[in-house]
Amino acid sequence: MPDRRLQFDIVIVGAGPAGLAAACAASECGRKAALLESAPWIGGQIWRGEEAHFANTQARYWINRVRKSGATLLTGTNVIAANTPITLLAEQPHGAVEIQWRKLILATGARELFLPFPGWTLPGVFGPGGLQGLVKNGWPVAGKKVVIAGTGPLLLAAADGLKKHGARVVLIAEQTRKSHVAELGLTLLAYPGKVLQGAALKARLLGVPQRYGVWPVRALGSDHVRVVELTNGRDTWTENCDQLACGFHLVPNVELPITFGCDLRNGFVKVDHWQMTSVADVFCAGEPTAIGGVNAALVEGQIAGYAASGQLEKAERLFSQRATHQTFAQALDKTYALRDELKGITTDDTIFCRCEDVTFARVKQHRFGREAKLQTRCGMGICQGRICGAAAKIILGWEQSSVRPPVHPARINSLTTHNQAH
Amino acid sequence: MSQKPDIIIVGAGIVGAACAMECARAGLRTLVLERECVGGGTTAAGMGHIVAMDDSEAQFALTRYSRNLWIQMRPQLPEEAEYDPCGTLWVAADDEEMTEVRRKQNFFEQRGVRVEMLDSDGVAKAEPQLRPGLSGGLLVPDDAVVYPPCAAKFFLDQARTLGAEIKMGVAATHLLPEGGVRLADGTHLSADRVINVAGPWSPELMPGVPVRKRKGHLVITDRAPGFVRHQIVELGYLKSAHSVSKDSVAFNVQPRKTQQVLVGSSRQFDAASTEVDHAILSRMLSRAGEYLPGLNDLVAIRTWTGHRPATPDKLPLIGPSLFSDRIWLATGHEGLGITTSLGTGRLLADLLLGQPTEIPSEPFSPSRYANGASHHE
Repeated sequence: MPDRRLQFDIVIVGAGPAGLAAACAASECGRKAALLESAPWIGGQIWRGEEAHFANTQARYWINRVRKSGATLLTGTNVIAANTPITLLAEQPHGAVEIQWRKLILATGARELFLPFPGWTLPGVFGPGGLQGLVKNGWPVAGKKVVIAGTGPLLLAAADGLKKHGARVVLIAEQTRKSHVAELGLTLLAYPGKVLQGAALKARLLGVPQRYGVWPVRALGSDHVRVVELTNGRDTWTENCDQLACGFHLVPNVELPITFGCDLRNGFVKVDHWQMTSVADVFCAGEPTAIGGVNAALVEGQIAGYAASGQLEKAERLFSQRATHQTFAQALDKTYALRDELKGITTDDTIFCRCEDVTFARVKQHRFGREAKLQTRCGMGICQGRICGAAAKIILGWEQSSVRPPVHPARINSLTTHNQAH
Repeated sequence: MSQKPDIIIVGAGIVGAACAMECARAGLRTLVLERECVGGGTTAAGMGHIVAMDDSEAQFALTRYSRNLWIQMRPQLPEEAEYDPCGTLWVAADDEEMTEVRRKQNFFEQRGVRVEMLDSDGVAKAEPQLRPGLSGGLLVPDDAVVYPPCAAKFFLDQARTLGAEIKMGVAATHLLPEGGVRLADGTHLSADRVINVAGPWSPELMPGVPVRKRKGHLVITDRAPGFVRHQIVELGYLKSAHSVSKDSVAFNVQPRKTQQVLVGSSRQFDAASTEVDHAILSRMLSRAGEYLPGLNDLVAIRTWTGHRPATPDKLPLIGPSLFSDRIWLATGHEGLGITTSLGTGRLLADLLLGQPTEIPSEPFSPSRYANGASHHE
């Protein structure tokens, strides 16, 4: 059994922007830090592929900086449990590893929110972020007709990325009202950087049809999506497509923080001004504390890294920046709030839990999530309710069920490490 | 229910649901109160092994009686109850355990339970994933596996069809000696008799009930078609399941109809928390891996814990409580509540109606603890 035990002063989980920034801040002063990442690359979902070919200047800066920071980079390392109050258990391709920490920074990011509607499980239907990731890995979209639907800034970013790879983006259907986005535009005037980014993006997306107050109600096709039916609440029409990228913004990955005992507030990890959670010596930064995007994540990550390594003055100097980004995060939240009509797009025969093939009709006859889970297997599959649990929260108002180890599926052998190590 | 119920059943785990079904079938006006959801407590945490057991004559009588009732009920069970007549394979690791296999074989054969003795090769053929070199085993082909929460739901639906009233999300906080219950919101509901079927929580409703929480862990894997075919249990299980004091683990795995493998088992007293205990979890998985080396490479997708309601003599409490003739018990089934739910329901209904029971009920009478003395082993 190739089990290993490692020890660090500061362990950072997740190598997206927040984790990279935290690792730099924590290790540049000479502290022994490790950055753990489940994927084989660093950069997280948002900077996927950047490590191989830099296209984004921020990504280039932070990835290069972390490489020089002295932090130990452990990619392919999937944290599966908090096996003692000061150690975590992680799985690597060749076995499990137990890692002891003095300070822990959780930068676990966010995932896309999917709302089930008829046809959402057809091949060819992806999340905008997921499709973008596939394309970066070489999935061919050149000449393909793509409809992008749902909500959030990710739709535009995905459209941009897909277009660069030769896709024909036939429509961007944003569920929120145009007036909401216009208000966000005004808020943006306070952020010159974002205005410039926005203007550049707008220029690149010139000629791509964009509609607001529009959402998908059905994806059609026998073996693959061919047509998507959309509505603006009055009229319903169809668009032909080869791919449908549909997602409803992001949900925070709070499962690991919950495993370490961190308290939540409104579904996000509760942190103090040092980014410390309700558990002493456990910090959290980035999307799990509020969906705020890259810049908020970078600042929060640095604050967490400085605070965890005792560099409080450096951390404090970033407080005002963080406040600015948090205001922006709140504006984003308001702009892309889901409209009530979306609670009605799930029909009775829609597959609600795709791991276990459970229809919405079966799920909705129950009073709460645990009852539905026990009686229908909804949320009992390989994703452990990550997808349907988040949807049930929106559509049925159900609280998500408890988190138990392993946080991610893990080999039985990995879970026996504790015994081997002692 | 316009009329006052004859009985109020507190707790809709699988035992409460089976009691409701059998009492309603027997013509009793039955009201069921459940604070959360059907089968949400110990039932949800159980493996769902329907098994004939031979710890004592009384335990055997109740498990066989119940197992027969399960077999009779099988054609009516809905698909989601996942009844799978996979049988139990008791495996012996050494000669000492083979002696136990032979004792078990004699015990079951003398009492008409179908068994098949397997030698070392026979065990390997029956379960190719088992490590080579085991001494042998005993196959009990009429044992089975179910998915307990849906079986409990089916029993409760049957009870409703037979006229029982079910109140979900209603918590009884006090059982009243004059008959009836007080609810969390202060309401009184009266009935001739109240049945405490709250499993490990039964002492909270009635201090002094000789039931302790005995914690267990389970792990379920991703789909692994055909990995194992029977519920496989080590005979060392008896040594550990019998130990009333120490924490213990035993190799106990089962194939699910979903093609997943359910891995048990652990036993801990005085562990009230529902948190996963990594130390005992890894001991349990290591033990299972010793018997099934290939298990180590399967993927675990979920672990959970639960509490068994354990009595000092390992037999359930079925009948009037010592406290009041109007408060009855149907609790303390330890790890056998899924199997013995149906037998318990029948016994309870017969006792309530003053009818002769089909198996002796005395060994389960709460009156055996009348002197406060509990005969620990």
